[in-house]
Amino acid sequence: MITPGIIMIALLLMATTGYYLGVRRSVAAAGGRRLIRNLHSRPTYYGLLTALWCGLPAVTVFSLWQFFDTQVVAHLVISQLPAEIENLEPSHISLLLNDIRNVIARQGSLERIDPALQAAAEHYLHLQRISNTALFVTIMALSMSALVVVRSRINKGLRARNHVEGIVKGLLAVCSTIAVFTTIGIVISVLYESLRFFQAVPVTEFLFGLKWSPQMAIRSDQVGSSGAFGAVPVFAGTLLISGIAMCVSVPIGLMAAIYLSEYAGKTFRAIAKPLMEILAGVPTVVYGFFAALVVAPVIRSLGVTLGLDVASESALAAGLVMGIMIIPFVSSLSDDMINAVPQSLRDGAYSLGATRSETVKHVLLPAALPGIVGGVLLAVSRAIGETMIVVMAAGLTANLTLNPFKTVTTVTVQIVTLLVGDQEFDSPKTLAAFALGLLLFVVTLVLNVIALYVVRRYREQYE
Amino acid sequence: MQITFVQPYPAIQQEDRVKYQPSNKGEHLTHSLPEPDEDKPGSGTVGKPFLDDPRITCRHVNVYYGVKHAILDVSLDIGRNEVIAMIGPSGCGKSTFIRCLNRMNDTIDGCRIEGEIKLDGTDIYAKNVDVVPLRAQIGMVFQKPNPFPKSIFDNVAYGPKIHGLAGNRAELEEIVETSLKKAGLWEEVKDRLNQSGTGLSGGQQQRLCIARTIAVGPEVILMDEPCSALDPIATAKIEELMGELRQQYSIVIVTHSMQQAARVSQRTAYFHMGDLIEVGLTPQVFTMPRHQLTQDYITGRFG
Ligand SMILES: Nc1ncnc2c1ncn2[C@@H]1O[C@H](COP(=O)(O)OP(=O)(O)O)[C@@H](O)[C@H]1O
Ligand SMILES: [Mg+2]
Repeated sequence: MITPGIIMIALLLMATTGYYLGVRRSVAAAGGRRLIRNLHSRPTYYGLLTALWCGLPAVTVFSLWQFFDTQVVAHLVISQLPAEIENLEPSHISLLLNDIRNVIARQGSLERIDPALQAAAEHYLHLQRISNTALFVTIMALSMSALVVVRSRINKGLRARNHVEGIVKGLLAVCSTIAVFTTIGIVISVLYESLRFFQAVPVTEFLFGLKWSPQMAIRSDQVGSSGAFGAVPVFAGTLLISGIAMCVSVPIGLMAAIYLSEYAGKTFRAIAKPLMEILAGVPTVVYGFFAALVVAPVIRSLGVTLGLDVASESALAAGLVMGIMIIPFVSSLSDDMINAVPQSLRDGAYSLGATRSETVKHVLLPAALPGIVGGVLLAVSRAIGETMIVVMAAGLTANLTLNPFKTVTTVTVQIVTLLVGDQEFDSPKTLAAFALGLLLFVVTLVLNVIALYVVRRYREQYE
Repeated sequence: MQITFVQPYPAIQQEDRVKYQPSNKGEHLTHSLPEPDEDKPGSGTVGKPFLDDPRITCRHVNVYYGVKHAILDVSLDIGRNEVIAMIGPSGCGKSTFIRCLNRMNDTIDGCRIEGEIKLDGTDIYAKNVDVVPLRAQIGMVFQKPNPFPKSIFDNVAYGPKIHGLAGNRAELEEIVETSLKKAGLWEEVKDRLNQSGTGLSGGQQQRLCIARTIAVGPEVILMDEPCSALDPIATAKIEELMGELRQQYSIVIVTHSMQQAARVSQRTAYFHMGDLIEVGLTPQVFTMPRHQLTQDYITGRFG
């Protein structure tokens, strides 16, 4: 039986054959091994050109075929079934198709199966075989005709290298657009769900509302709230915790980087740098434990002795621990950037009698600034996106406050709690998660743009 | 600008040269080195390394990079108001030697210096010497122009600022202006002191670096191949500048161009594999080298 795997192998063989035929043909066109100089390109390029033409169009057809073939086969099978089935709801039809596929997968088992289903399964299998065979024939025909055509075109003057490089360039371009299209896809899907949310809750209420309590009645007769969807407290909480984290990680990380790159001896550096980077590898749940079980109680008891009112889950605890977690992001990148400042600038400063700290302050930091900003930005996005530590140490209550001793919540935490609920997927409560996601996306995007602007400005000045 | 030595060969008095044997041209170089002293490797400098009234005196200087012995027992005086050129093949230790003079080697891990270097009679490697004022006294210009990524003004003002040389803004501006004038750059940049120093041409950048060095009021200026990254016109400007600066400073210049050494310097020191081979008045070294290795180098037989 012909399976897609076999087709791929056959295609690979075709391409390999194409390569050798192309090479041989080009050598012959040149008039022998010794006259290869007369060719426009080296023989390998003729081989590659032939192989690419044998392979690429066929692979494209293969993928497209695979994409549509399941649907076509399914449609044909359904249309063969009794008429009443055809009129079923789409979800039922897909269940039926699942059954049919299960029957095929369990072929030969002794279970008793509904004969109608069995017949449908056989029909399905039959159609699939036809489809695969047709695919095989098409692809082989395509591949072979490409081989014949390209081979006949090979002559001394064919600019095979340029053609190959053009094709490779095209492939690279396709790869680079994959990331772009993925991003666009994500944005569109989030946007779509958000728009549905905004049909239930007005945009202005979401953006400017000061109260966040996304409790919806599950049944319409239930007492309870209609929910409040003001995103401000959630974002304020995110900014508060990220702010605390940055206050911890930027100074510590930067100074650690300066010490490691300018002051520390080789051995200390060799030991300390990997150790710091291990910090980045600790799972965030572990940090969460640490925050909830060690840091939060310490802060609380400290607050009590000082006569302050400290919640047992506080923004401060989460922020501090998060700050520790992102130190390596700041320090590692800053360290690399400071090291990348040319030695000649250090020499210049030292030769004027600058001390180490003056050299660092006046020459190295300004020169490394774009990279340092990049590192800090990476750290910020880590902080904003961090969920686990906040869930464990800062709580779930959306307080609109700047007091770091209070319980606050963040965007990502809310998204998680909204989605793990038992609400229907299209209730405003669940859809709110997408709206939050969209807003978060916009906020991070704006931050990135600002940072890019800063970096570019300084780079212009410093190069 | 003119080259002061035109035809070195005919003027060479072969009898003057140390162990010069015309028939042995192909022989291995070390055969014609003077007999090394067992205890003091390389103490065989010929010519006149010492002066009556030196500004810097170096005695038995040895430099090691880890186990590598980069400078072998070099003794040399550097005079007042003179330009002394250091020449020699790549890797012979010229940079290493002049970096000893302002203790720039302190910034290199694993670099060790032995011997004695005195500036105006005080040992610069003594325990109580602070490198900060020392480096202000002995300035340095590097091979590749390395202006800071700051404005032209800030580049020159940086040294005076960190040493507290200017009491107020007006004094600082004056220092900057005189330094730029001495470096012959003032006319070209006076209207754009706020623009970045890195935006200047290579030659201008190098003169900016010289101005930056002058601004802290040094007594000696070390230049490590200051023109090797510059075009001939910029080079000519800097050579002219050295002639003027000599009135006020002692200048040590490392150069790969023998023509340049001949044009700008009064004395020349020839290094070979960490050894100071020969020191003498520049015209004498180029026209009548007394050592076989010097002769080979200046006639282009190797290097
Ligand atoms: N930082 C260093 N570490 C180890 N060896 C070095 C270092 N700098 C220079 N050297 C060695 O010392 C010798 C002299 O180098 P250098 O003074 O730079 O020569 P030059 O300036 O005459 O070309 C060379 O052999 C070089 O390899
Ligand atoms: Mg050098």
